[in-house]
Amino acid sequence: MPVEYIPRTRELYRAFAPYRWVVNTDIPPWTPLGKPLAQAKLALIGSGGILYRDQPRFHREDATYRLIPKDAMEADLDIWHFGYKTDDARRDHNCVFPLARLRELEAAGVIGEFADPAYSFMGGIYSARKVREELAPRLADELKSAHVDACLLVPA
Amino acid sequence: MVEAAGIPTLCMTSALDITQAVKPPRAVFLNFPLGHQTGKPHQPDLQRRILSDALRAFETIDKPGTIVELPYVWDEHDRGWETTDYTDGFLAERPAKIDADAAEAERRARFGEKA
Repeated sequence: MPVEYIPRTRELYRAFAPYRWVVNTDIPPWTPLGKPLAQAKLALIGSGGILYRDQPRFHREDATYRLIPKDAMEADLDIWHFGYKTDDARRDHNCVFPLARLRELEAAGVIGEFADPAYSFMGGIYSARKVREELAPRLADELKSAHVDACLLVPA
Repeated sequence: MVEAAGIPTLCMTSALDITQAVKPPRAVFLNFPLGHQTGKPHQPDLQRRILSDALRAFETIDKPGTIVELPYVWDEHDRGWETTDYTDGFLAERPAKIDADAAEAERRARFGEKA
């Protein structure tokens, strides 16, 4: 049985006013992938709180993001996140931010190109409004200027 | 928002109920503990297979809001991770649904909000 995270998050925020879940009942927006994945430029956005070298750490309610070079090595990466157990992801960032795996899939021709840089933020943001009005439009602009064909999202 | 800007997206999730509520355009669900949405640590072959399977959804999902479940199992012999605590800040043990619902009703009453 999959874990029910909505009740769990109520526990996490039990001192706060009841959390208003984002519930979307409309049909989601849709853009078909216009070319085979093997020819597509793919971007990575992860919300696992990944940081590169001396980048400023995240904080609670932080709606900023960091640019992570796609060639970043394990030793260059750190994590700041309060909402999940980060032990394994610290040992191997590919658990939530698969830089090395996407580089390999690029080399193997499974994806056309792995877009550089990748994008990282810390997903424990209580305010859905901040995400909708600040963070998401900025990331969408980044992806448009980078001319990517598709985007892989890894929420955490 | 990214999808609406003309860029197809795929969401790799381990929280099925949240993803069902948010309804992203395309999603794959991996029933692993949070913090392992793209695989187990230091198992590059597994990570690569999970990622390749997931990416296929860019080409196979043709109906907005579809969630594809990936067939991987965290531990064939122990599903205990699904019921015990694994994240700081959560209760040590998950309360029974009846207790959780009662606590939520009490809280809503306290904050003056109807369910």
